[in-house]
Amino acid sequence: MDTILQFLSTYGGEMLYKTWEHLYISVVAALLGILIAVPLGVALTRFPKGAEVVMGILGIIQTFPSFAILAFFIPLLGVGKTPAIIALFFYSVLPILRNTYTGVNGVQKSLLEAGRGMGMTGWERIRYVEVPLAIPVIMAGIRLSTVYLIGWATLASFIGGGGLGDYIFSGLNLYQPEFIIVGAVPVTLLALLTDLLLGKVEGWVTPKGMKKMREAA
Amino acid sequence: MLKFDHVSKVYKGGKRAVHDLNLEIAKGEFICIIGPSGCGKTTTMKMINRLIEPTEGAISINGVDIMKSDPVTLRREIGYVIQQIGLFPHMTIQENISLVLKLLKVPENKRRARARELLSLVDMTPDYLELYPHELSGGQQQRIGVLRALAADQPLILMDEPFGALDPITRESLQEEFKKLQRKLEKTIVFVTHDMDEALKLADRIVIMKDGQIVQCDTPDEILRNPANEFVEEFIGKDRLVQARPNIQTVEQIMSPNPITITGDRSLSEAIQLMKQHRVDSLLVVDEMKILQGVIDVEIIDQKRKKASLVRDVVEAEVFTVDKETLVRDTVRKILKMGMKYVPVVDDKHRLVGIVTRASLVDIVYDSIWGVDELTKIG
Ligand SMILES: Nc1ncnc2c1ncn2[C@@H]1O[C@H](COP(=O)(O)OP(=O)(O)OP(=O)(O)O)[C@@H](O)[C@H]1O
Ligand SMILES: [Mg+2]
Repeated sequence: MDTILQFLSTYGGEMLYKTWEHLYISVVAALLGILIAVPLGVALTRFPKGAEVVMGILGIIQTFPSFAILAFFIPLLGVGKTPAIIALFFYSVLPILRNTYTGVNGVQKSLLEAGRGMGMTGWERIRYVEVPLAIPVIMAGIRLSTVYLIGWATLASFIGGGGLGDYIFSGLNLYQPEFIIVGAVPVTLLALLTDLLLGKVEGWVTPKGMKKMREAA
Repeated sequence: MLKFDHVSKVYKGGKRAVHDLNLEIAKGEFICIIGPSGCGKTTTMKMINRLIEPTEGAISINGVDIMKSDPVTLRREIGYVIQQIGLFPHMTIQENISLVLKLLKVPENKRRARARELLSLVDMTPDYLELYPHELSGGQQQRIGVLRALAADQPLILMDEPFGALDPITRESLQEEFKKLQRKLEKTIVFVTHDMDEALKLADRIVIMKDGQIVQCDTPDEILRNPANEFVEEFIGKDRLVQARPNIQTVEQIMSPNPITITGDRSLSEAIQLMKQHRVDSLLVVDEMKILQGVIDVEIIDQKRKKASLVRDVVEAEVFTVDKETLVRDTVRKILKMGMKYVPVVDDKHRLVGIVTRASLVDIVYDSIWGVDELTKIG
């Protein structure tokens, strides 16, 4: 315990910085994931056959060991934060994509027909009907993938991306368990806090009518 | 205003759902399409707003071929009520009603005003505007579904079994309400149903379909009187043929004109005397002008005999009556279904002019099923 306190007084500032780095890498990767996966997921609902193929491929990529993916990016993008973010981004895509696809596909067909019959364009249907109704499912995907990313972002350290992984890797290399703890505990806290925060966000973005309906049910 | 010209629809896979359909619908007309399941009603209707495109033939609205107009614009000019109601659960009633207006880029304050106005048409208070669909009853939701199709004041409205999911009582009151609304707003309506009572009640003309083709298209009266073939006859059902008897039109023509009455200033013993004399168990109470005041019967008299002595003190004012101008076909089923023994007939000033008894109605129904031919010869 003493060693940890001592560690904190010496490295406190640095730790804050590393935490920030860690958060930065995972959040940027998650945002990129949302930016790509949500529209792609909606688009895929228009091509159910293509959807199977795309999700199959992504599913396979997902099973690649993360180290391998990171190593794969070194010759292409060098070392640092950018390749780390890009590699993590790949992991964030699938859960968000799959949930968006399922969520949008799950919208009642009668509602879509009502929308079409009253003269909504394809875009208006997405905006006023499909996405709002799929929000809870999409958000669940975003939450899940962001929390995973915070864990995986530890690996960024491996290709010089920084973050709390630096402590863990030093700890492993130097046989100093306190370093590992000092790295791992904040990662866990970060993941929990993010999950909590995103839970709130989910509440804000879910349309009021749907929340009320679920409470009533 | 709406014209089908040799329209056919063949689905992928070769199913011929509609075959060479010709139909012309005038402005302000209420058309019901009816027929057995799978006969192509929905297909016919959805071709009008291009949710389904015809394979052959042409559909035109006010002389313009619908295939030449943009489908989105076309649909915004046609009201559409789907069977499943299809209100959006994440939108308030206000937003649901005025959604088409939003698509048409009408400003928010005007949309609100319009939603209010429409709500008042179906006697719902503005309190409902901020509620969500799941907070309404089925009947209320269906009303909102109909209002949504009226929001942009579309001249043509398509409805696919809009009242299908409702219980019979709600259904009946909504039908009545809606028919009034339609007359008032002068909409042209294409209404799909599989309920003959509904069609008879609402339609100006009924289109009877079978296997993708029109079997008969006529006014309800004409269809009842002259069914085109056995299929139509079967479809109408024997018990409805009573409604077709040409020599029986209004209630006035079938009522008995001299019901036994008493005035309010008579005593209860006089009332009992009168009942005995005519072998009845109830009397209609009228004033000097023959205006109906209510009814008394043996039971009421028996209960209140000690406290009251005059007829006017015990009269039961709640009585179901029919107007003498009412068509027989609109009342027969109601009377028989409600199980009343008799119904007083009144004129427009609520003067008692006659009475229809259950027994006389039953006679008519039997006559029409077994004896129409002889009767019409005599009549
Ligand atoms: N998308 C489709 N593809 C192929 N066949 C179809 C399609 N939609 C309908 N059909 C067929 O076309 C015929 C007419 O269908 P339609 O939905 O118009 O019937 P309907 O009269 O509305 O019946 P219901 O009273 O059951 O609603 C049916 O035999 C149906 O199976
Ligand atoms: Mg149908």
